[in-house]
Order: sequence, then structure tokens, then C-alpha cells
Amino acid sequence: MNLLITGGRVIDPSQDLDSKLDVLIEDGSVVETGRNLKADAPVFDATGLVVAPGFIDLHTHLREPGQEHKETIATGTRAAVAGGYTAVCAMANTVPPNDERAVTEMVLAEAARNGACRVYPIGAVSKGLKGEALAELADLHAAGCVGASDDGRPVYNAQLMRRALEYTSMLGIPVIAHEEDANLNEGGVMHEGFYSTLLGMGGIPAASEETLVARDVILARITGGHVHIAHLSTAGGIEAIRRARRDGVKVTCEVTPHHLALTDEAVQSFSTNLKMNPPLRAEEHRRAILEAIADGTIDGIATDHAPHHFDEKNVEFDLAPFGVIGLETAFAVAYENLVRAKVIKLPRLIDLLSCGPARVFNLPGGTLRAGAIGDVTILDVESRGDVTASFVSKAANSPFIGQTLTGRVVATVVGGELRHDTRESASEPALRKRKPRK
Amino acid sequence: MRTTTSALRSKDLLGIEALTPEEITLILDTAEGFKEVSERPVKKVPALRGQLVINLFMEASTRTRVSFEIAEKRLSADTLNFAASGSSVEKGETLIDTVDNLMAMHPDMIVIRHKHPGSPKMLADRLPASVINAGDGAHEHPTQALLDAFTIRERLGRLQGVNVSIIGDIAHSRVVRSNIHLLRKMKANVTLAGPPTLMPAEVERLGVRVVHSLDEALEGADVVMMLRVQLERQGKLSFPSLREYYNTFGLTPERLRRAKEGVVVMHPGPMNRGVEIASDVADGPYSVILEQVTNGVAVRMAVLYLLSGGHLAE
Repeated sequence: MNLLITGGRVIDPSQDLDSKLDVLIEDGSVVETGRNLKADAPVFDATGLVVAPGFIDLHTHLREPGQEHKETIATGTRAAVAGGYTAVCAMANTVPPNDERAVTEMVLAEAARNGACRVYPIGAVSKGLKGEALAELADLHAAGCVGASDDGRPVYNAQLMRRALEYTSMLGIPVIAHEEDANLNEGGVMHEGFYSTLLGMGGIPAASEETLVARDVILARITGGHVHIAHLSTAGGIEAIRRARRDGVKVTCEVTPHHLALTDEAVQSFSTNLKMNPPLRAEEHRRAILEAIADGTIDGIATDHAPHHFDEKNVEFDLAPFGVIGLETAFAVAYENLVRAKVIKLPRLIDLLSCGPARVFNLPGGTLRAGAIGDVTILDVESRGDVTASFVSKAANSPFIGQTLTGRVVATVVGGELRHDTRESASEPALRKRKPRK
Repeated sequence: MRTTTSALRSKDLLGIEALTPEEITLILDTAEGFKEVSERPVKKVPALRGQLVINLFMEASTRTRVSFEIAEKRLSADTLNFAASGSSVEKGETLIDTVDNLMAMHPDMIVIRHKHPGSPKMLADRLPASVINAGDGAHEHPTQALLDAFTIRERLGRLQGVNVSIIGDIAHSRVVRSNIHLLRKMKANVTLAGPPTLMPAEVERLGVRVVHSLDEALEGADVVMMLRVQLERQGKLSFPSLREYYNTFGLTPERLRRAKEGVVVMHPGPMNRGVEIASDVADGPYSVILEQVTNGVAVRMAVLYLLSGGHLAE
């Protein structure tokens, strides 16, 4: 597919680029970025807009196979392109889990058939996500898995974690760690602190995450493996990572949009759309995250998009499942809370959404250099609007409904093809030939 | 008249946290009038005649459920008691569906007891009926705090400046949260005591003093409020044994001597005799435990009356 994107402010942190340029994509790959490009290709006039390498989500729950009432590969990837994502990493905690090649192949086949963006499966660390025996990680990797994770639960057994890090170091893929010692939680449903005390709810202490981060950076050091800390939410976890990095340990990390924007104070509404794991933390942890974003400790923003059915969330806070959706609001939430709040500048945000994720999981994209895949996200950073309960995702469990945010994804280009296009001139839906199964 | 307010602002009573000191005083003053009703030969007034009150008790309760029902009957309301056991809740019906079905029968008020924090708010946000929280998990139990305050005020004549020590399982108690809100709003001094394992995070931010010694908590106390040890939590790492708990935090006549002369001893019930409180204290001269129960009816009458639109007679 060919596309010439003209007149936009091209921001590509992978090559320190930030200027008004054209981008030419031919046969699905970037051919050139430059001034006044001419080509026999459809033209996308991006005047007044920002043109960035396509966003990559390191942490998405597509729920297929097994929980198609929450989300499918078709609907989840449509939500992704609506949020500017050209690729998502699909977590392994499906039903059955992605702990063997057959599941990986099913996910990739369905993504090729009905997906709107690229899908990179994550394989399970352990068979059945049980934390007992290693899954066939080499076979999963050969089938297309780009990382290993039992996400949704931690790897409690330190020896298994050590073996996983050793084994994946041979494959060159990270172990993605969900850090939570649930023994410390005692049925917790929110951050343990003043607000859990006020509301009388069970707490999930910061130490629940911090203790396992500390353990896993030690295991990464002794094994030489690459540990990637998922949805980091605590000041202590950040500090452990900083220290380990100084010692040369191969540790990377991601934070979610909701952890950088919201705190446990919001849970006073008892809205189940504020219930996720790790939970919204206290303000001092949020401040630590912002600082870590500004100083470069954080490698990427990842949504932890966790769709749930309306009925599942329409219950008492204690009984609701953990998780919120995030693909469609990630950019605006991050733009509002990081760029407009003057924590970082826009190029650093693009780095966190695109280049950083590509770098840490060694994925294609994250750059607009000649020869790279033609994945582009086109943004309007002036547009301001309200988040409503209407989502492309099957689910609507967003904590941001009702908020007014700045920053809008105008169009999403995957391999030179417009997969999401909100321009008035877009006469037909960009995905007309790809009807999602609802 | 001590009040500057003659009505409640909200249609619901979900907790003490949202009340103003004026509203608290209004409820207590109104309850004084209703206490007298309970002492008459004919214990009934027509205030809630023709109104339907549903008592939705999704969790075990004796005192609170009976107290609400008596209060409703003395106000001439029609009452319906709904318990989770024996209902469609056991068939897996959700709280929202249960309540939507009850609402289809047009009740004017719903009194709810539920083990999950926030469930009364969930109902209040979606129903036109008045919702009264009769205890939601470890969150709030507003009518308990109101009847405790009523009892203290009756005994000591005031709330301002009174030293109240609350002792026991602070972490899992809804009674303590409502009491802290109420006592702080009314300018009483609150001390909490218990083992650190039963003290919730950052509770000092609610404006209370925290100690870990019973003797220290009793020193200078005007009121001692004992909390129930939740026996079902034993063995969950919070304390080693009931024996050790009693030796460390159990209220005995000897230890009570550290409190002020004429100290008022309270307990929200149900009591574990010989665990958090010795029978000699519970049944002793300083105990107001049964007065609390009596006052509970008057306070709940006041809440029902005011939420139904009633005003304090001038």
C-alpha cells in the first residue's frame, strides 16, 4: 500500500526528528521523509497535524480465545487503531492461555483474518499460568511470541522466575513480570492507604509490588536475563529499577495511563471502573511515576487494556473484576497529564508510545526511517473533547468517562493502509471491508 | 433549641462523613423527642403512616435489624423484612436486580445492611427512595455512631471536649469509622488503641491519636468504647490467640481504674465476654451497653422521620 502524508509536523524521536515534512510510504514501507515529496500515491494532507511513528501497546488483553463476550481480536484491534495503535502485544491469559504453539497460531491467524492492526502475542511463562513448570518458550517464540508473561498473576516461585529469565535470555525475549505478592493483600481491592482506611476496603499495599520488583531485578542480575516490569505503580518499584539499571541489570518497565493520571482518592465514588490491579495509588506514587517518566526511567506507556462486560462491572466494588480499558483514551490521557501538565514535551511522549515500546521488545516500527514498516499515527494536539461511554471496544469500563481531554487521534496507518480515519473527507469507513464480529 | 438546621440536606443517610455538625445535632435533638414516645403506654406516632420501608439485610444482624423494625413500627410505617438467606440472592440474583425488583413495589425507604462497602451508595445513586445505611462492610454504620453520641450526650451532657477511647479491631470496624467522623465533627477527642496489626493505614489523618497500650488509652478517658473482636478472623495473623488478646487489650475492672471517675463504658455489640471485655465491666456500674440499645430505637426513629421529610418541631 502506498500513501503520501504531506505537510505535517513529523516527530520521530528515533532519529531526533521534529519538523514539517512529508512521509512517503510505498509497498507498506517508509521510503523517505523529506520536503515537497512527489509520488504516485494517495495523498493525506496532514497540515496542522502531528505525524508520528505508529503507537505500540506493550500490554493489551484481547480476551480471545475464550472470553469473546468481553472483547475479540477483531474488536480489540479496532479499538487499538482508534487509539492510534498500529500494533498491540496480546497478553497470554486467555482461555485457554497462550501457553502452546496452537494458541499462538490461532491468535495470529485470527489477527491476519480480522485484525485491524499488528498483533504480537505474548506467551505464558508457565504451563496453564500455574507457576509450576515452564511453558515451551522456544516453540512459542518460534511461533511468533515476542515475550513471556503469566500476567494477571505473578510468578511466585523464585526458582521458576530465575529459570524463565535464564531460558529466555537464550531466545532474546523479555520476561514480562506482573509484580504482586497477594499474601500482603488479604483480599485487597484498592491501594492500601488513607483512602482504603476511609472507605473500609481491603488494601493492596505498595509493598506487594515493591517486594517482587526487588526480587526480580536481583534474579535478572544473576541470570543476565531481561525482565520487563509490567504496569509499574509504586515509588519503591521505580527506585529498585533505577538502582538496578545503574548496576547494568537488563530491566525495563512500563506505566499505564491511569496510574499517571489518577489516584486512590477517586475511589471514593465507589465506581468499579476505578478498580484495577495494580490499583490506583496514592499521590506520592503518582508523583514518583511522573518523575520517572521525566528522567527516562520509564521505557513506555502501556495501556493494560482490560475489557470486561458491563454486567461484570455492574456489581459491588468488592465483587467487580479488576481492569479497565485504555486503548482509545491513552494518547489524550497522556497528552493531558504529561505534555499539557508540562512534565515532558511531545517528542518524549511519542517516544513513550512508540519508539520505547519497539526498543524494549525488539519489535518492528517505532521509527520512520527509510525501510521501516509504514506504520504511522496522525494526531491533532489542539482538539479538545469529552470522553463519552461510546467506545469502539466491546467494553466501556473506562475510568476516564466524563473527563475533558486534549489530543485526538486523527488517523492510523498500518503498512501504508489507512485503518482509522476521522477526516470529514473520509467518505467511507477506513475498515469497510473488515467488519468486526460483534 | 440548639440547632440551626431543621432538615437534612440529602435524601439518604449513607454515612456520617457527609453530615454537618448541625445535621448531627438535629438528629440527636429529634431523637430526644422520640425517646419519650418509647416510654408511653401507647408507643406509636403516625409520622410514617402509609409509607413502606424495606429492611434489606444481606448480612447477619440482630440489634440493628430489630431496632430499625421497632423504630419503623413506632412511626406507623409499613415494614417488610428482606434477608439474603431464603431469597433469590441465593439463586445468584445481583444486588441491583434484587433492588430493582423491590423498587417496582414502590417503597419509600430502604434500610440496607451489606458486607460490601459502598453498596448503599450504589443503591442511593440509582433509586428515588431514601436509602439508610445500616452498615456496609468496614465502611460506615451511621446510626450506630448517632446512638453512641446520643448516649454520651445524655450521660455527660456534651460531646465537645469529651475524651473518647476506642479499643480493639479498628481495621475491620465500620462502627469506629462512623464514630471517628461524628466525634471529630462534634469536637470530641478520639484515641484509638489496639495492636498495630488491627490498625488501618494512615488512620491518624482522620484526626485521631493512636496508641498501642490499653493503659495509655484509658488514662484520662471519659468514654471507653470497646469493639468486638471478630473471632472469625482469628488465625489470620492479626494476633496470636484470644488469651493473649484478653491479656493485652481486654477491659477488666482493674484496668478501668485508670480512666476518669464516672467513665462511660460502651460496646456496640455483639460482645465477646472474656475476650475484649470482662463480664464484671460489661455488667458493671459504668456500663451503658443496654442504654445504647434503647437509644438506638429513638435515634433510628429520628433518622427515618427526618429523611421522610419531617422537621424538628419548634
